[in-house]
Amino acid sequence: MRDFTSDKIKTVKPSGIRKFFDIANTIEDCISLGVGEPDFDTPWHIAYVGIEAIQDGKTFYTSNQGLQELREEIVKWNKRKYDIDYLPEETLVTIGGSEAIDIALRACINPGDEVIILEPNYVCYEPDAIMAGANVKTIKLKNENEFKLTPEELKDVITDKSKILIMNYPNNPTGGIMTKEDLEKIVPIIIENDLLVITDEIYSELTYDWKHCSIASLPGMKERTITVSGFSKTYAMTGWRLGYAMAPLQIMEQMKKIHQYTIMAAPTPSQYAGIEALQNGDKDINIMREEYNRRRRYLLSEFNRLGLPCFEPRGAFYTFPYIGKYGMSSEEFATKLLEQEHVVVVPGTAFGESGEGFVRISYAYSLESLKEAISRIEKFLNTL
Amino acid sequence: MKNEILKLIETNSKLSSAEVAAILGYSEEDVIVAIAEMEADKVIAGYNTIVNWDKLDDESVHALIEVKVTPQRVTGFDKIAHRICMFDEVDSVYLLSGDYDFVVQINGSSMKEISHFVFDKLSALDDILSTSTHFVLKKYKDHHVSLEDNKSQRKNVVL
Repeated sequence: MRDFTSDKIKTVKPSGIRKFFDIANTIEDCISLGVGEPDFDTPWHIAYVGIEAIQDGKTFYTSNQGLQELREEIVKWNKRKYDIDYLPEETLVTIGGSEAIDIALRACINPGDEVIILEPNYVCYEPDAIMAGANVKTIKLKNENEFKLTPEELKDVITDKSKILIMNYPNNPTGGIMTKEDLEKIVPIIIENDLLVITDEIYSELTYDWKHCSIASLPGMKERTITVSGFSKTYAMTGWRLGYAMAPLQIMEQMKKIHQYTIMAAPTPSQYAGIEALQNGDKDINIMREEYNRRRRYLLSEFNRLGLPCFEPRGAFYTFPYIGKYGMSSEEFATKLLEQEHVVVVPGTAFGESGEGFVRISYAYSLESLKEAISRIEKFLNTL
Repeated sequence: MKNEILKLIETNSKLSSAEVAAILGYSEEDVIVAIAEMEADKVIAGYNTIVNWDKLDDESVHALIEVKVTPQRVTGFDKIAHRICMFDEVDSVYLLSGDYDFVVQINGSSMKEISHFVFDKLSALDDILSTSTHFVLKKYKDHHVSLEDNKSQRKNVVL
């Protein structure tokens, strides 16, 4: 029989640390700092609107692009928060941010186009770009720059085939951010080289002692930026599968077709809940942000006490300490920590080669759990 | 700063001063001083442990008693409240707006003991017009802590 599978898909690497996760899931008293989703329940007033939608029979498809009212709220919210000016027609409601990234790439890639990816990064960008037919160019970001993209790094990688730059700030896995000033340094290079930016700003509301700057708000950028965001992290709504993309109309027209032929529409009850979140969810964000911030400060102070070097992450809910000095690879470190002390951290290499020497420690966990985890990590480090 | 400390330790009373300082971004000395001041001022009125007695083979009974009283001249409700507070069985006393005046929370070792308290001690006080006793059948949440064993649905590792 023939091999029925696609040569292109075969080049996509499966997640290399699956085995490690499987071990973690079998250990009873395991403390996980491996999670990439909020530990909060969806705020009840938001969940309730979703429940009501089902009770009221709002269980049919919405228009492909998503409820008009939701798209209007998304536009208003982004204008209010980040001063970006997309229109409801330029907004597409998706199944989480992941779908938005996939269709943004598929809508824009021709064979041979180069997509620039910043490493370490969230796991889907490279596979999505490859599946869309792009060639991927990687910039290995540096710890000493707090994993920001510098103008020099960007210039070095640009060729005449370069078309798209994918950015993700606040960043998973590093917790790094880029300020307005940082972004202003790279914008001229983006414009000069006629690049399109896909910016994944799913963590935009989770920033500490600093306000997020959206690259599409900078002069000359909106027309060449696809802004991706969603409800998962901001409102603790991961399982509702609700996100969105905002793109210039010409690009949006193409994205809509892919969405229409693959997804139809995002879940209807989730969309109604999304309206409630955007209209009345500010106080929930503040409560969750303050709680994350407490945990962040706690972890940083404990890393400092344990002699674990870590730059100050000012976004998302991740820390990315350097463990290279213990003479082990990230994966060895994480595996030993799991075996000896039953603590899960994610090896930096899960987010690309340049994550070697680091582990991602999430603080989407209660203070109590973080305290227990730190005491176990301390015990582990003392054996090294 | 004091507000932030209170909000934090209200639900995390086992944190050390060093940990409180790290979590809130203050110096440990400042936190120690602030907590000492609040203890002296009785802003921090005490530290208790939330015990889920239902987990043990404990037969103790918890009740909420609505109490209607005749307020006294000059001292109003305070004097009666103080008198009620003096019973050892009484866990808490709140003055309320609405149909009745106080709600008294009480822990007893049996229903009989609570009945005895209501009939012989509480109702016997001057100025008590009526009482209505509600026995607690099950506690679901106490001081922000869920007393149910609901395991998080979240998976261990999600990228």
